Amino acid sequence: MPAERLLPTDDSQDLIDLTREICRQDLAPQVDDMERAGTFPEKTFRLLGQAGLLSLPYPEEFGGGAQPYEVYLQVVEEIASVWMSVAVGASVHALTCYPVATFGTDEQRQRLLPAMLGGDQLGAYCLSEPMSGSDVGSMTTRATRSDDGGTYALKGTKAWISNAGHADFYTTFARTSDDGGRGLSCFIVPAQTEGISFGAVERTMGLRCDPIRQVTFEDARVDAGQRVGEEGQGMAIALSALDSGRLGIAAAATGLAQAALDQAAAYAKERRQFGRAIGEFQGLAFLLADMEAAVTSSRASYLYAARMRDAGRPFSKQAAVAKLVATDAAMKVTTDAVQVLGGAGYTQDFPLERYMREAKVTQIFEGTNQIQRLVISRQLLG
Amino acid sequence: MNIVVCVKYVPDAQADRTFSVDNTTDRAGVDGLLSELDEYAVEEALKIAEANDGEVTILTIGPDRAADALKKALQMGAHRAVHVNDAAIHGSDAIATSLVLAKAIQKLDPQPDLVLTGMASTDGTMGVVPTMLAERLGLPAVTYASELTVADGKVSVRRDGDLASQTIEATLPALVSVTDQINEPRYPSFKGIMAAKKKPVDTWTLADLGVDAELVGLTAAWTTVESFSARPPRQKGQIVTDEGDGGSKLAVFLGEHKFL
Ligand SMILES: Cc1cc2nc3c(=O)[nH]c(=O)nc-3n(C[C@H](O)[C@H](O)[C@H](O)COP(=O)(O)OP(=O)(O)OC[C@H]3O[C@@H](n4cnc5c(N)ncnc54)[C@H](O)[C@@H]3O)c2cc1C
Repeated sequence: MPAERLLPTDDSQDLIDLTREICRQDLAPQVDDMERAGTFPEKTFRLLGQAGLLSLPYPEEFGGGAQPYEVYLQVVEEIASVWMSVAVGASVHALTCYPVATFGTDEQRQRLLPAMLGGDQLGAYCLSEPMSGSDVGSMTTRATRSDDGGTYALKGTKAWISNAGHADFYTTFARTSDDGGRGLSCFIVPAQTEGISFGAVERTMGLRCDPIRQVTFEDARVDAGQRVGEEGQGMAIALSALDSGRLGIAAAATGLAQAALDQAAAYAKERRQFGRAIGEFQGLAFLLADMEAAVTSSRASYLYAARMRDAGRPFSKQAAVAKLVATDAAMKVTTDAVQVLGGAGYTQDFPLERYMREAKVTQIFEGTNQIQRLVISRQLLG
Repeated sequence: MNIVVCVKYVPDAQADRTFSVDNTTDRAGVDGLLSELDEYAVEEALKIAEANDGEVTILTIGPDRAADALKKALQMGAHRAVHVNDAAIHGSDAIATSLVLAKAIQKLDPQPDLVLTGMASTDGTMGVVPTMLAERLGLPAVTYASELTVADGKVSVRRDGDLASQTIEATLPALVSVTDQINEPRYPSFKGIMAAKKKPVDTWTLADLGVDAELVGLTAAWTTVESFSARPPRQKGQIVTDEGDGGSKLAVFLGEHKFL
């Protein structure tokens, strides 16, 4: 059952219709097999890119769809309700374009964005390191400027990087001085740069079509023109990007929970025990009601944050709330959906067990939910 | 290079399809869409137009809602559309349909170099409109194209049969119907959706085309649907119990149904 949506314009309704058509015809028939095999959905990203679905929140003049976050995020939610890995990949791609779009110079935007947003490219976001996860300011990857100032040489290893090995560019954060969190800078590193290598694909619990790997820079040299923002501005750029990226994860988690709820509700109407449909037992009906309440409030909280963002208001706290609410809800709803299906839910004959595994990571990446609470409480008490 | 694609708005085959009280296909109560088989013709037209700096006009006959079929084709990238919409057309058979299509095409300016159609509609599945239309327009007709190339004022078509494939050439202007093997229709892009809103759509009535209303519609049809009945539900399958002789029982079953 498609989610009920209030959309601001006819154009955005058409956009949702297009997304649903592509999801139904192209994504739905292959998601189960692809997730089982863990194949990177290269063709699917190309298809979404060609349809203009990978560049929605960016300006038209650079090839974007000029859509408000309120609309873009609902597209992400729709994709997630059919294929979580692809929705996360799309959200990560939007995240990788954000630094240039927001902090880049006019020259950088004109030079870099059209290709990044053109639909044929995919980005990766290189922030985390093996020894630096939540504590971003402790990263050790270093960018050393050449004597003539023309290039930077990057050295260090990034960890858990989505799209690694498949991406066309790497939005990378590295240390340009020893000044802790104030010593970081942001670089757009083209994939063909010499000195980049990739670790083995991590054997993850879920989201198998969103493979993560280590990315190692061994004196990888980039033009100084690839540095986005000032030296030392990296932390501010990374956190600002994550404020928006988090909303993508909140929307994706909402779509995942919606899919789990839809399948659980359908099953509860069909499956009979003790002479009636199991949905007729209040114990189960109320479980489903709570799931609906959780999904609806997830959607409401990410849309609220999105509207604040679209209105140009501060939204960092609201984004953290949305990420926390929606991803915790996704974990609970997918777990309960397995419960509704009983033994069937625990088998791989139904996608519910996969949804449950996929929900878990949303509580971890783009800032763990403990870090979201940190962001929220600091704003409350600061 | 001017290309016209004739398309039909049909009931969604995935929905419950029914007939109206006058035994015509119910087009009001069911969600409709651009016939999937026509999407191949639209795609082929767009590919030819892209390679030859051409223009694609989409033509449909149908009620108000048929505008959705035009919209989809415009979103895919066609340049303009013509909607022939007249209450008198309701219930027309293939003969009347081909007449109205022919008159509409003759009214186009400039005249097309190529007319493309799907191989059949997904609702009526007659498959005769393309040749009837070619006859009325005095154009060579090549049907069931699985491959199509345009060069030097000619169209060359591969036509796959059960036993052999033919290559057929025709001089332009010509009419070609295409199969679902010819290409992979594109999805509209978001930009295409936005652009489609600004593309011209002309709406013509029978009077605009100078077609006498007596010649079309249910009463003018050469055939009528007398009655219909829903297809009976599928019979239960036959279960063969293996008591050591399962193989021979299966062989008997397959033999009875002429599979062996
Ligand atoms: C599938 C997947 C995809 C990913 N994709 C990317 C990517 O594309 N790019 C990228 O840069 N990174 C990516 N990551 C990394 C992800 O962002 C990190 O895993 C996450 O930020 C947490 O860091 P960590 O794993 O080092 O955990 P740690 O920071 O070591 O945290 C361990 C635990 O300690 C808690 N904790 C830490 N600090 C505090 C504190 N101050 N207060 C309370 N609790 C605290 C955490 O909440 C957590 O529960 C991905 C991870 C996964 C699993």
